[in-house]
Amino acid sequence: MFDAFVQVVRQDLLAAFRHQSAILNPIWFFVIVVTLFPLGLGSDPTLLSRIAPGIIWVAALLAALLSFERLFKDDFIDGSLEQMMLSPYPLAWLVSAKIFGHWVLTGLPILLVSPLLAVFLSLKMDAFCALFLTLLIGTPILSLLGAIGVALTVGLRKGGILLSLIMLPFSIPILIFSTMAIEAASFGQSYLGFIALLLAMLVGAITLAPFAIAAALRVSVS
Amino acid sequence: MWKWLHPYAKAEHSYALAGKLMPWFLVLTIPSFIIGIVWGLAFAPADYQQGDSFRIIYIHVPAAMMAMAAYSTMAIAAFIGLVWQLRLAEMAVAAAAPVGAIYTFIALFTGAAWGKPMWGAWWVWDARLTSELILLFVYMGIIALYNAFSDKVLAGRAASILTLVGVINLPIIHFSVVWWNTLHQGATITKFEQPSIATEMLIPLLIMIFSFATFLGVMILYRFRSELLQREQHRAWVIKLVQIKGRG
Amino acid sequence: MLECRNLTCVREQRVLFKQLNFMLSAGEILHLEGPNGAGKTSLLRLLTGLSSAYSGDIYWQQENIIKQRESYYKALLYLGHKSGIKPELTVLENLQSFQRLYSTQADADLFEALLMVGLVGYEYVPAAQLSAGQQRRIALARMYITDCKLWILDEPFTSLDKHAVQVLEKRLIKHAEQGGAIVLTTHHELSIPESAYKKLRLSAPAEEEQYV
Repeated sequence: MFDAFVQVVRQDLLAAFRHQSAILNPIWFFVIVVTLFPLGLGSDPTLLSRIAPGIIWVAALLAALLSFERLFKDDFIDGSLEQMMLSPYPLAWLVSAKIFGHWVLTGLPILLVSPLLAVFLSLKMDAFCALFLTLLIGTPILSLLGAIGVALTVGLRKGGILLSLIMLPFSIPILIFSTMAIEAASFGQSYLGFIALLLAMLVGAITLAPFAIAAALRVSVS
Repeated sequence: MWKWLHPYAKAEHSYALAGKLMPWFLVLTIPSFIIGIVWGLAFAPADYQQGDSFRIIYIHVPAAMMAMAAYSTMAIAAFIGLVWQLRLAEMAVAAAAPVGAIYTFIALFTGAAWGKPMWGAWWVWDARLTSELILLFVYMGIIALYNAFSDKVLAGRAASILTLVGVINLPIIHFSVVWWNTLHQGATITKFEQPSIATEMLIPLLIMIFSFATFLGVMILYRFRSELLQREQHRAWVIKLVQIKGRG
Repeated sequence: MLECRNLTCVREQRVLFKQLNFMLSAGEILHLEGPNGAGKTSLLRLLTGLSSAYSGDIYWQQENIIKQRESYYKALLYLGHKSGIKPELTVLENLQSFQRLYSTQADADLFEALLMVGLVGYEYVPAAQLSAGQQRRIALARMYITDCKLWILDEPFTSLDKHAVQVLEKRLIKHAEQGGAIVLTTHHELSIPESAYKKLRLSAPAEEEQYV
């Protein structure tokens, strides 16, 4: 059972590393979008540090959306998705492995470049810690929510925009709690409450989303 | 346990049942709407703070409530459809979604129009209005997903799954928006809900809510019937029905 | 082993086939015939449980496949139009992936399987660099390591050369002799003796029966 999980993650990572632009493009997109804001709004550090949480989180959302296309689409096209659905292992379990692999390829790099963006946007140390924590907890939730949308639209010819229509409204709570946590941190207040809420959402998403995704795939691939 | 319900007969019977129920709902809707709207707009006392502009409550509150009620209906239908593999329930989800979206739009529009005299702006990021806006987005997502599938059986199932995902998410969204609102706006904005509402104002409001609810029933049944006819247009019972109607 | 009861398939309101019944026992090969668009692929996908029937049920060992997906898939090998080969992975990695995610013989020898399909020497080449026929052979190599009882094969002979076709036919016969069952579609004339397999002909329904 666990072997199957590892195998799915391993082959997804292998395939991605042999196809490097696929990993790097969403990250570049993320960095460039964040860079645009100071250019458009002026470089006043107090303004930037005030709006930084919102900018970074909106950019992370958009970058995640861009990368979702890859989550099931390639597998759908080459037929390995339908093979995966015929595996004796539970589909929800294999799907969790795919999402974990996807998070390693897209969520983790965002975490890694976040210090750079904190410098760009004049974030203070406290606020950066909060930003890092919210990204650490929030990006897996995004991957899980996004995967539901991808699973619903993967069989459609023009699923791209539809995916954002479906998933962006559902990601609003993550955006709100994360930015509020960072804001609280920048005022020197405790933000543990928000982190706890995000953690609760993560636990909920991990337990429920794979089943929704499996059900959605059974509709899309038929 | 539902397998014994023969799919052919079932569609036909549901169509007939929906047809029988619809006039009853309509009979309830029309008088209650007339009584409610006349009472609310002409006879109920004006609010001591807001004057006559508060009367938009007689449209806004029922519409907002029915926007939620339509979603609950969809959620129940989606659950039934997915658990018991009932295609007709999934069809009901698709039938109710645009109705709910329109109620949501009415609630948003009247809420914004109410905001103008109250807050001096057409749009204010009030928690309730923001939640309604997001509810509208969710409705639009479900409708767009349903329309994107060319096979309507699959479309109904996909829309049902999304509806259920929404059921879990909508309370979280509402909660987060309320919180976001209290932190960002503080008490500068008067909330919609007054501490208490006078009885003379409440009764017409209840009548209007009743009227909107029955009209919701009418609309869902009507759309369910037309959806059913369209989807089963090649079936013998539909063809027979059309021939009888055509001759009569 | 496999049984279909009153299977009706509807795609976008059109009936592909109606009230289909058949049984397949161990050691049998079932050849689905019919013109393009008769619903052969749709039937195969119904049999795998990938898509669901408009009405009717499919039973594996007397139990509905929907209710026992995991044990059914332990016994099922499906080869579809799309071969399920990841182009970024090498030939060997593709086979290893199959070995770990599906039910295979305990002592399966991957190199032996590659030898049988004539892919020796390509073990470490990414699948993307191979021709269509060679990619197809990677998928076929699964047949030499699997221990699944039921094989559902959609056009397994496409883009194979003459020799590969013969090897594959031999493998199919051997599987049947060992007590396996096979459902396949193909436009290619099987050189297997007529007595060794059953035929099921799907034909497009008449005009007045096109809609349920």
